[in-house]
Order: sequence, then C-alpha cells, then structure tokens
Amino acid sequence: MRNEILHFNNVFIENTSCVGGKKESEGPLSAYFDMLEPDEYFGKDTWEKAESEMNTRAVNFLLSKAKLDYSDIDLSCGGDLLNQCVATSFVLKNCDLPYLGLYGACSTMAESLIIGAVFKSSNFAKRVLCFASSHFCSAEKQYRFPLEYGGQRTPTSQSTVTGCGAILLGDSEKCRVEVKEAVVGKIVDSGVTDVNNMGAAMAEAAVDTVIRYFGESNLSPDAFDIIATGDLGREGYELACELFKRKKFELFGKYTDCGMLIYDLEKQDVHAGGSGCGCSAVVTAGYFYDKLIRGEAKEILLIGTGALLNPNTVFQKQSIPAVAHLVRLSAR
Amino acid sequence: MTHKEYKKMTDDRAKRSPTLLNCIKAFVTGGLICVLGQALTVLYQELGASVELSKTLSTISLVVLAGLLTGIGVFDVIAKQAGAGTLVPITGFSNAVTAPAIENKTEGFINGVGAKMFVIAGPVIVYGTFASAVYGVMYYFLLRGGLAG
Repeated sequence: MRNEILHFNNVFIENTSCVGGKKESEGPLSAYFDMLEPDEYFGKDTWEKAESEMNTRAVNFLLSKAKLDYSDIDLSCGGDLLNQCVATSFVLKNCDLPYLGLYGACSTMAESLIIGAVFKSSNFAKRVLCFASSHFCSAEKQYRFPLEYGGQRTPTSQSTVTGCGAILLGDSEKCRVEVKEAVVGKIVDSGVTDVNNMGAAMAEAAVDTVIRYFGESNLSPDAFDIIATGDLGREGYELACELFKRKKFELFGKYTDCGMLIYDLEKQDVHAGGSGCGCSAVVTAGYFYDKLIRGEAKEILLIGTGALLNPNTVFQKQSIPAVAHLVRLSAR
Repeated sequence: MTHKEYKKMTDDRAKRSPTLLNCIKAFVTGGLICVLGQALTVLYQELGASVELSKTLSTISLVVLAGLLTGIGVFDVIAKQAGAGTLVPITGFSNAVTAPAIENKTEGFINGVGAKMFVIAGPVIVYGTFASAVYGVMYYFLLRGGLAG
C-alpha cells in the first residue's frame, strides 16, 4: 500500500517575504505584507514584466531579511500562471541560482514547498527558495477578457490575487517553523465545466487530500489551529464543508480558506473571494508564518488547490480537473 | 458521488446573478443610449444632414464615444452595472474591439493590436456577414418569384 504522507527531516523556514498589490492593501491581511504596490504595473510597461518585477521584489526582500546572497542558496523552485511560467523564470535571469520551474496552477506554493522540502530533507540542498505568484491583470489577459472589456461576472467567480509569496527553506537554530509533512495531491475530476466556478471544480480534490492525510496520520483535525485550503473561495469552501459533512468528517471549526481570508468579501468587489498562485502564497508566507512565529498558532495545514485548465480546454468544453497538495507547518 | 450528482449539488447551491435587477439596469442604460443616439440623429439633421446620413453619423458618434470611454477606463465601470444595456447597442461592439486592441498593444501593432483586435468581436463580424449574404440570396429569389418586393 502506498504511503500517503511524506515525512521530512530538519526542514525549517528561515524566513519569508510577500509583496502584493492595491486590492490586497485594502484587504484584512494588509499588515502581513513586506510591500504593497499601488501601481498595478509595478513601474513597468507590460503586465508580464509587472509580475516579474513583483516577484523580483519578493525575492530581494527575502534575501535581505535573511541577510543572505544568491550564492548562499542551493536551489530555487517556483511558478506562476502565465504561459510557460515566464513571470517566474524571467525573475531569475540575472540571478546566479539553479532553478526548477513548476506549474500546479493555484497549488504552486504548496507544490514548491513540497519539492523544496524533499531536496532539503534529503540533503541535496541546504537552502531552497520556494515561491509562487499571480497578477490580476496578467491572469485576466491570459484566461479571460481584456481589462477594459465591459462584462459582468457571476457571483461564483473569484478574483485573482496580485501577489508573490517567497519562503526560504533551511535549517538553523533560529528557525521557529518546521515543514513537517506533506501529501502530494491526486488529480480529481469532478466534471465541472463552469470556468466561473473554480471553487466547485477544486472542492472534491481538497477534500480527497485532507481525508488521505487524516486517514494515515494519527492526529485529529482538532490538533491543528488552522486547516486552510488555498483558493476555494466562499463557494468552494461551503461545498467542501458540505462534502466533509456527508463523509461524516469533523473538522472542529478549524477549517478556513486563504481566498476568503485575503479579502473582505462583503466590502471588496471580489465575488466569491481570491484565487491564483499568489493567494495561498502570500497568506502562507505572510499571515500563517506570522501566526506560527508569534506562537498564536502551533500547527497549520495548508492545502494548496489548483484548477487545471487552459483557455482551449475550456472552449473544447472539457471539464476542469483539480489537484490539492497538503503541507503541514509546525511551530517548534 | 457521480459527476451528475455533484453538478446538481453545485448548481443547486451556487448563487445566481440578480437577473431581474440586471434586466432593469440594462433596460434603463440601454434605453438611455438609444435616446442619446436619437438625439444625435436629430441634431445632425438640424445641422443639415440628410435622414440617411444623420443615422450613419449618429452610429459613428456612439462608436467613437464608447471607444473613447474604453480608452480612458470608464466604459468597463459603467458596463459592470449596465450589462446588456451597454453590450447590445453598438457601444458594446466598439468596446469589444477597442479593449483587446489596447490590452495587446504591448505585443506590437502587428502581432498585438492587429491580430487580437477582433478576438471578441470577430465571430459577430464573420457570422453577421454570412447571415446577411444568406439573407441577400433568399431575398433575390423571393423577388424573382414575386413573393417580395
């Protein structure tokens, strides 16, 4: 039988950084960002360059906070939503860093943490830079309509987070947060074809991964302070709650969703909440990490959720399969 | 759970767009645009244009106005509320052409503006032209048969 849970040895978070945009600065988690840029272009002239610039700033913040140089890092792994992951790879053009590009749709932060932790745990790398990003404007351009197009969105749609979260995995005495365990997600196809209801497309995948984790772990969900899915939004969150209930799986009120935490769903015009790689990336690197180092939370489960589609598969009326990777973060 | 059961579960609970409110908003804004079009037609006639020419000038004016509002980032703000009210009149067509042209300017005038300009409005042009050709052929035969005229 397969072992569902990966157990890591001595993988700690040395530091984190996160950069966001204007909408994120108006949200409830604005205090947890290192920088909030009001200019959507980040001083550049295209959306693609803007996203790369945002990521560059996040990486630079991380290095300066950790008082390290590129040469101190053995490996970087990250991804974004743009075709061929250009926002991420272009960041590292001028950096002296080995790089693995990842695509896990919006689950990329969890995916990069898992891959980084595997390298660190097996001593192939001493320090790994893990990061993920999304930008509202570049994502709209690629997946939906031009920004100035006058359309209306349905209430179940979500708003892509403009943000980049970066996490440095390492191993020093000072580290307070451990990346302890992970579960790699399976592709789950719920048959959802509505591109404006990604929460529904991803809910079953998230539930599947959580149940796989607790099926093998001897911990109860009650042992965790926060169990958070990546970007199901309000729609997917409520669906996931319903699915857990049907499976008679009790979460003791610990369950939340990063897409609901990052914005004020009542006051901000974001419909069902935030989405995108940047969503779980900034909530983890900013809010969750802060909670763990302050001792306000001891155990957090992050379940990065990704809807796997591209505009062509949508036009071909193919359903939207999803994946959900789980990472356990523990304060020590 | 089968895909069908899951679809039922998600559809049953998914929040719907407020259809009635959207219809009322569309009715009012769409009506206002038509009033503006009519006012322009009358204005052009007052200025000495023929009935036919004034109608064309009025249409052109609405296209230019919608394009301008798109360019300064106002159109999408109005359209978010107006919905079909701004989409169905010629203003929607203008916006659908201008918006991708602006967005893809970063890829240059050939591969960006030129290639992507009709990415939304293209199907309307293709099938609109096709439908009018079919209509023309039908009309021709009906005329010859003495059934129309």
